[in-house]
Amino acid sequence: MKIKVAGVKKEVQDGLTVSQLIIDENVETPEYVTVTVNDEFLENDQFDSTVLNEGDNIEFLYFMGGGQ
Amino acid sequence: MIKLRQSDYEKIVAHAKSEAPIEACGLIAGEISGGDKIIKKVYILTNVDHAEEHFTLDPKEQLKAVKDMRAEGLVPLGNWHSHPVSPSRPSDEDKRLAFDSSASYMILSLMDKEPVLNSFHIEGDKAEKEELVIEQG
Repeated sequence: MKIKVAGVKKEVQDGLTVSQLIIDENVETPEYVTVTVNDEFLENDQFDSTVLNEGDNIEFLYFMGGGQ
Repeated sequence: MIKLRQSDYEKIVAHAKSEAPIEACGLIAGEISGGDKIIKKVYILTNVDHAEEHFTLDPKEQLKAVKDMRAEGLVPLGNWHSHPVSPSRPSDEDKRLAFDSSASYMILSLMDKEPVLNSFHIEGDKAEKEELVIEQG
């Protein structure tokens, strides 16, 4: 099936979960990454159970913060 | 080297002053040419911590900004935030939470009468000041 990751079209296997996509995309420090699927924000504990579908748009957003 | 337009510098300073004593924050985007980063757009985002000593970019606004960058053919170059009462240098927490070593981390200090803006490359617990050029425009 075809999905879009960070705006780039990709062909992936059916039944791919968000957790597997994070591994396949070599996402660094995944514990500090927020994932959206079709602009919906996922909780980290939903990564394993969220199965992607044809045409989904996925974004990885790195946590950005700090303090003085 | 990282280049910032004077008008964008003033935009950052004005927003940071208006938010003080809360830390202000945002994103920078542009292009990379010959190893130089050229900032073409500065994004002002909400500090969802609403704190004087911490900041976290609003993820929803971050998503919107990332899409805007893509639509305008810009690449993400890093982020900026203010230190209302401390110097323009990364704190231990800034370094600990700097996950992207390709990003530039700009810090605006408002502790003195004249604002001070510096840009840093952060990798692990090492922070190195980048050459920042503020250009007319």
